[in-house]
Amino acid sequence: MSGGVDSSVAAALLKEQGHDVMGMMLRLWSEPGKEDSNRCCTPDSMALARRVAAILDIPFYVIDAKDIFRNTVVNYFLDGYARGVTPNPCLECNRRIRWGFLLEHALAMGVDFMATGHYARIETGVGKVNLLRAVDASKDQSYVLHVLTQNQLQRALFPVGEHPKSEIRSLADKYGLPVARRPDSQDLCFLAGEDYRDFISRYAPQIVAPGEIVSRDGSLLGRHTGLVNYTIGQRKGLGIPSPVPLYVLGKDAETNTLIVGTADQLGCGEITVRDVNWISGKPAADVFQAAVKVRYTAQEASAAVTLLDDGNSARVRFDEPQRGVTPGQAAVFYDGDLVLGGGIIA
Amino acid sequence: MIYLDYAATTPVDPRILDAMLPYFSETFGNPSSVHRYGQRAEAAVDAARETVAAALHCQPDEIIFTSCGSESDNLALRGVALAMREQNGANWIITNRAEHPAVSKTAEHLEKHYDFKVEWLDVDEHGMILPQAIEKAICGSTAIVSVMYANNEIGTVNRIHEIAAICRAHGVPFHTDAVQAAAYLPVDVDVLGVDLMSLGSHKFYGPKGVGVLYVRKGTPIFPALTGGGQEFGLRSGTSNVPYIVGFAQALKLTVAEREARAAHVRPLRDRIIGTVLEEIPDSRLTGHPDNRLPNHCSFVFRDVDGNTLLQMLDAAGFACSSGSACKTGNPEPSEVIKALGFSRDWGLGSLRVTLGVGMTPEHVDAFLQELPSLVERVRKLNQR
Repeated sequence: MSGGVDSSVAAALLKEQGHDVMGMMLRLWSEPGKEDSNRCCTPDSMALARRVAAILDIPFYVIDAKDIFRNTVVNYFLDGYARGVTPNPCLECNRRIRWGFLLEHALAMGVDFMATGHYARIETGVGKVNLLRAVDASKDQSYVLHVLTQNQLQRALFPVGEHPKSEIRSLADKYGLPVARRPDSQDLCFLAGEDYRDFISRYAPQIVAPGEIVSRDGSLLGRHTGLVNYTIGQRKGLGIPSPVPLYVLGKDAETNTLIVGTADQLGCGEITVRDVNWISGKPAADVFQAAVKVRYTAQEASAAVTLLDDGNSARVRFDEPQRGVTPGQAAVFYDGDLVLGGGIIA
Repeated sequence: MIYLDYAATTPVDPRILDAMLPYFSETFGNPSSVHRYGQRAEAAVDAARETVAAALHCQPDEIIFTSCGSESDNLALRGVALAMREQNGANWIITNRAEHPAVSKTAEHLEKHYDFKVEWLDVDEHGMILPQAIEKAICGSTAIVSVMYANNEIGTVNRIHEIAAICRAHGVPFHTDAVQAAAYLPVDVDVLGVDLMSLGSHKFYGPKGVGVLYVRKGTPIFPALTGGGQEFGLRSGTSNVPYIVGFAQALKLTVAEREARAAHVRPLRDRIIGTVLEEIPDSRLTGHPDNRLPNHCSFVFRDVDGNTLLQMLDAAGFACSSGSACKTGNPEPSEVIKALGFSRDWGLGSLRVTLGVGMTPEHVDAFLQELPSLVERVRKLNQR
């Protein structure tokens, strides 16, 4: 429980369905001096979650996960930038913290299932559990859940994924839950409202060294202020005089160079995806057609997926070149509403 | 659920509740009023004061009703320290790190904002304040000495009458926080020799929200709450008549039943302590093995997150407590556990199990059945 509307209503729905429910909240890390500022567990949200649990008449426990969060999620974030990619630490948090550490904790406390306020659906198939998109496509969060294994999914419930978001709000009213009317935030929780670049320059100053900006063919165009300061597809702030607009195409961490090019070079026709997790435990086929989502907010694009020999990587060839494909983010494969799996864009 | 946290609070005894009920809506007057409504309420407060005085073996005008044990501690430290300084310039407070925060934080406040000096005495490995340490520290500029009667976290009972005698010999007022002790230990102020003593009734089956400070006649003390001059000018505010009645009734019953209650819980306590130390690897008793409250068990377990253990116990149906108890997922070893000298790998794994009238041997069996495996489970979850 986070004190937010989704997990609060999830708890209320389960309680109404007759389950014996207990509430758990994670205490996550943020920097020394800002300990109470992690967006996922501020004193306000903790008080709110506690209040919701009291109204629902369920026990409520705050679980300390500060150290493991720092050692896994925050390190993953810093390591990613050190390697010149744009990591998505929320994926690591789902895999290692929520559906790892917390689930293990909950199971030790004797629970049968763990529910979260994610917008996604679970469906029991033949000998396996399927992960599906939420009913409300505009709120669907199955993208961040593609990291889950069968073991985790067998214990998972996503009660709000069966409802449109608008209905969740009115259910909160119906149950009399005092949930915050705060806007959803995309910021990383542990940054506590700070710009990620400032955070990185304090925690890993060695990875914000200035370097060269080059074109695809290697010609020197200018200097950059540190690779972390740029995102793929970025146009503004490059500081290069050019008759045609230039965009960030890629980063080379080894040589600390930023690669830029023109709009027609932005499209990406083929990517390699590594560390692939298959929801069913194994790939559907060696080669198959799928709808592939390359960012949390991206539209799916049709692509041919080919397994590579190492067994946990795949080549993805888009039917149409895609823009904004960013190494370090996840590519998630769908078949209609069904999540097939996904991995990290190399 | 099995309740094993009687040191945190106790349920109100129905006999006490019955005694209180008439003073909410029937005999509801303000004891300060002239009319008969007021007179009847005043009579109830006077009778309660006499009952408490009889239980403590003192005079009724030495009993100050407050809102809780913490308020009593605050009034004692603040009131006496300020009065002693005005009277004879004394500006030292002698206390220790094993005290309840109601004492230690008040001493810190007096140090930080009122220019007092605080001497923090060491405790021994059982959390006991040695009388010799008081003898060594006390001097002509000591304003007050405060040492708790029995420790809430680790159950250790201090040698109060010895410490009181030392203070008496030096003419220094001596305060004891007896909030945790009163349920099981004698509270005769003459035998103890204390000048000030704090009590709170919810630790012995009375209501929350009412306490007492015993103030020996002649002890220099300023009020902590000023106003209409109730409680002999030391604690203004309309008397909380039903709760004062409840306090008196609770204390009276406790004095009458103390030995029977202790005889009921002591063997259960001993069984818990014996079994835990025997069956759980890397476990240690905290506090004194013999000089401890008869209802009090406290332990530390190495490499156990005490807070996680409490959550597990709760989910399994056992309500316990810990010296690192924290509802916000930010555990720290308590001051008391730190004062005992435990390292962090031990200090975070504290557990307090405290018994009361409702306990049966079957409850203890059920608890002892579960605890060892829960400790093991928490050890496996240890995130570090």
